[in-house]
Amino acid sequence: MRRIRYHVRHDTLYRYDQPVGESHQLLRLLPRTLAWQESIAHSVEVCPEPSRAKNFVDPFGNRVRALHFEADHDELSIRSEVWIDLMSRPMPDMAASPPWDTVRESLRYKAGHSISREMLEAATFRYESTYIRLKRDFADYARASFPPGTPLLVGVEALMRRIFAEFKFEPGATDVSTPVTTVFTSRRGVCQDFAHFMISCLRSLGLPARYVSGYLLTRPAAGKKRLIGADATHAWVSVFCPGTGWVDFDPTNALLPDLEHITIGWGRDFGDISPVRGVIIGGGGHEPEIAVTVVPEDEFASVYGAADDLPFELRPTPACSA
Amino acid sequence: MPAGIFDTYPLAADRFDEMLAERGKARPHWRGLVERLQSLSDQLLDRRADFVRDAIESDGVTYSVHADPKGTSRPWELDMLPLVLDGDEWERLAAAVAQRARLLDAIMADLYGPQDLLLEGLLPPALVFGQPGYKWPCHGIRPASGRFLHLYAVDLGRSADGRWWAIGDHTQTPSGAGYALQNRIIVSRAFPDTFRKLHVQTLAAFFRGLQENLARMAPSGGETPLVVLLTAGPFSETYFEHAFLARYLGFPLVEGRDLTVRDDTVYLKTLRGLRRVHAILRRLDDDYCDPLELRSDSALGVPGLLGAVAAGRVLIANALGSGVLESSAIFGFLPAISERLLGEPLAIPSVASWWCGEAPALEYVLEHLDELVIKPAFASMRMASVFGHTLKGEARRQLVESIRAQPHAYVAQEWVKLSQAPVWTGRAERPLASRSVGFRLLAAATPNGYAVMPGALARAAPSSGVEVLTMQRGGLSKDTWVRARGPVRRASLLKKRLGVIDLLYTGSDIPSRVGENLFWMGRHAERTESSARLLRAALSRVSESPEDSTAELAGLLAAARRIGAVPDIDAQGAAEAPPLASLEATLLAAVSDLRRPGSVAANLRALSENALHVRERLSTDNWHVLNRLEQALHPAPVTVDQALAALDHVMLSCISLAGFALDDMTRDEGWRFLIFGRRIERLAGLAGLIAMVLQADEEECEEMLEWLLEAANSIVTYRARYRRTPELLPVVHLLVFDTSNPHSVCFQLHSLERYMHRSEQELGHPPSPLLTAISERLRHFDLTLLEAEHCAPGRAELAALLAEAEETAYALSDDMHRRFFIHTAKPAVVEVAA
Repeated sequence: MRRIRYHVRHDTLYRYDQPVGESHQLLRLLPRTLAWQESIAHSVEVCPEPSRAKNFVDPFGNRVRALHFEADHDELSIRSEVWIDLMSRPMPDMAASPPWDTVRESLRYKAGHSISREMLEAATFRYESTYIRLKRDFADYARASFPPGTPLLVGVEALMRRIFAEFKFEPGATDVSTPVTTVFTSRRGVCQDFAHFMISCLRSLGLPARYVSGYLLTRPAAGKKRLIGADATHAWVSVFCPGTGWVDFDPTNALLPDLEHITIGWGRDFGDISPVRGVIIGGGGHEPEIAVTVVPEDEFASVYGAADDLPFELRPTPACSA
Repeated sequence: MPAGIFDTYPLAADRFDEMLAERGKARPHWRGLVERLQSLSDQLLDRRADFVRDAIESDGVTYSVHADPKGTSRPWELDMLPLVLDGDEWERLAAAVAQRARLLDAIMADLYGPQDLLLEGLLPPALVFGQPGYKWPCHGIRPASGRFLHLYAVDLGRSADGRWWAIGDHTQTPSGAGYALQNRIIVSRAFPDTFRKLHVQTLAAFFRGLQENLARMAPSGGETPLVVLLTAGPFSETYFEHAFLARYLGFPLVEGRDLTVRDDTVYLKTLRGLRRVHAILRRLDDDYCDPLELRSDSALGVPGLLGAVAAGRVLIANALGSGVLESSAIFGFLPAISERLLGEPLAIPSVASWWCGEAPALEYVLEHLDELVIKPAFASMRMASVFGHTLKGEARRQLVESIRAQPHAYVAQEWVKLSQAPVWTGRAERPLASRSVGFRLLAAATPNGYAVMPGALARAAPSSGVEVLTMQRGGLSKDTWVRARGPVRRASLLKKRLGVIDLLYTGSDIPSRVGENLFWMGRHAERTESSARLLRAALSRVSESPEDSTAELAGLLAAARRIGAVPDIDAQGAAEAPPLASLEATLLAAVSDLRRPGSVAANLRALSENALHVRERLSTDNWHVLNRLEQALHPAPVTVDQALAALDHVMLSCISLAGFALDDMTRDEGWRFLIFGRRIERLAGLAGLIAMVLQADEEECEEMLEWLLEAANSIVTYRARYRRTPELLPVVHLLVFDTSNPHSVCFQLHSLERYMHRSEQELGHPPSPLLTAISERLRHFDLTLLEAEHCAPGRAELAALLAEAEETAYALSDDMHRRFFIHTAKPAVVEVAA
């Protein structure tokens, strides 16, 4: 089995207009351990030093670090670094997956009939949530990829390819608050929008789909060096297939994630798994500056060199990279 | 039954009548009341109705209909006639309500824990995970008290055969207890003898139980538990009830900003420091309670609250996430769940309900639409209930289509023909009308199950034939009397007759928010007055002889910019006076343009917002002045003369406010913050203006003295004292050093030092060293430096000192903010210039 080791550096910097006296932050930056993913080492450096910090696991199984600041500060910087191994995962036989309408039927409530915990977990991801709408329009759009009897994963893959083909990747066209209905009409957005839209389509058909947050290895243009901070956080979709489990799909790149997608965690939508979520009291908020660098182990030395005090350039980046 | 007011009372054949068993025959438990009513003349009855109305008004009982800042709260509607319930029947009903509370509490424990009900198919996942009321971040949290529901309300109705039905559950932030209590206080006084003779059960024990059990069940770790009532604030529709209950139960009434979470522990921010909160009775919906983990756009909640609950450090009533049980779509599943979780049959049936997410139910609903009421399955749908039989044609077709498209989003209920009861109309031809009524019963958790309030908030439809009972649409409320078998011992938690709404901050723990609003009220009042004074000086010159005052006007405009009344971008060559027309427009905008921060209008707006939050601390007269003040700029003045008149009005009102501050308010810790605000603002404004004047070149400086005296409200004193045109030395002495002049810099400094000293004794904070430092340095300034013919070095030195005084004022303000209002640490020692 192939195994690749990556180093990820994820920097977040908030600069406030006015000093912030009190602040609570929840960090979801620590990648989950999965059958095909093993976290070797992880560290989070925060400046200023928080007054208090604790760790907990959220109801979706994601690891969270909670920070509390009680002294005035003008800036908050968070650097998460991780060494992580990815192993290639078995690719499901799409055509052999059960018909999507059978899957939907198997999830329908029948009074007094007990269900498995796995099916109950799947049911968690079938309804509306903060960023996900259930709409007839979405179901109608999705149905073109789901003729009756279509194997579930075949349908999902077709839907993913249509979104990739029909939607334009355009950083800046949307922001975190852009409703998924607008993404549908404008056919533009970034990975987060495509993931929310694809999930909305699947749930509108009655199928369980969840939002996955993570990182993606990018390839420098031919002949160019890999640059620090050139990457971004990424988002994709996972679909529940009875008998197989959860299968990932990346509508932004029209592929099934394998050895280049590093999973941080998942939830019903972005709202459950945003990497840094916080509340500040006092001060003026700004969008944070974010820089992500994903480096395969064998390139680490050439990217970072031996020196530890690397020039560190933070720059505003779009939420995702294509 | 003898003739009288009951003759014209209509008795519906197809309904249960609460009062009459049949025409002319009252039910046994009503007899005492009916006889009493018959014995009273029409006049006496009218007088009682008046009494009830007056009491509502004088107690300030309100219900805000639209909950908007303009205050469309309207008087609570209370019928003088109580409803009477038989004691034995009550016992059965109370046991059934207590069981339902236990059941819903057990369902909460399952849904936020093992989820067995979902695994076993007893409840559809759609009605849990599909509900916005289900809060995933709360999953896995076991409440510290072991209870999810501490206060529970259920709406009951009675059908034609006299059977009781549960129509709706309130599990999140049940309202009604306070209104029921208020109704009782008023109605029992309207019929005192009858109330006693009928042995009506009192409500006080229920509230005492609620009060004691919240404290007892809170995780207190041996400390005396502090319980607070959390409100969304004065704009919430049931704010009256929040304030009333808080005072009755003796819980501080707090808003989210009053609380802070440190190390998973909740604290109340008070002027004396942080005090640990052990239990929170909340009247704030789940979504708004914690912006960190629930709705992030909410400014009403307490960041980190959920973490404190999860850590078991605070009791929250009711548990976060309890909104999930408020959908009537779960009704049909309750009987089986009751058997499963409690091992008991459900004692009180819910109105027959069909959740359309089940295929057979959907078919039934579409076939029997006329007999059913259609409701949303999810509270977030914001859809009103629809009576199927009222739907015709296109509307009906559309509803059917929507239900077919999203069946799981709809629930249909049988239409219960509610029982009827008398309400007083006061009309000669029919003094008693009959109305559909419903009862809201309340239950509170005790260490051994639930106690049910022996009474109810009853609601009557606004007119006959109307079935929807809500206070939003003009319904009436009624007191409900539950008869006891023997005499009843009286007890009340109320210490005195209640008056106008008054937050209950008794004792010394004044919440920081109150201090903060008073502080800013002081600053904004002072800022309004000083900018009005300066703009008046400018506008009066524009109005009289602008040509003769070019130099003065240039100075005034610079001053207006200095204090922020005129934006910097309007500056066109600082020394040059702008053309008159544009000057006029600039000044008028500085008076009335609400969008310009720093305008008189914007300051006034900020002032009234601060005042609103401390309304209960202001006398009626004070409040009136504030109200009138807001009107001063409506409509906005468009000519210079109108602006001058408006500014006169503003200044007069500001002077009244200053008078109230000194002569009308209780001088507690909170009051001192109002004075701090006033003095700090005046210190900063005055020092800044004088520094600006001193920095001008000599000739310009002379030109500025006259309006400077006007702006500092010292022109009269100056003329009386010196009887000559303003000269630099006496002006500076009067405005900076004369401690007998309340408009001098040193007066502000001394006054601040005095009050800080007081605060130090009371609040235990060391005074800021900044004040003493600048006072000292001003005291040592050599005034003779300004005697010289050319005194530029002396002016520069004093200007620097005054600029420092201005900085000190702002630093003090920041310091107070940190120390008393938000309770955070100072990042570093503030440099004190040597």
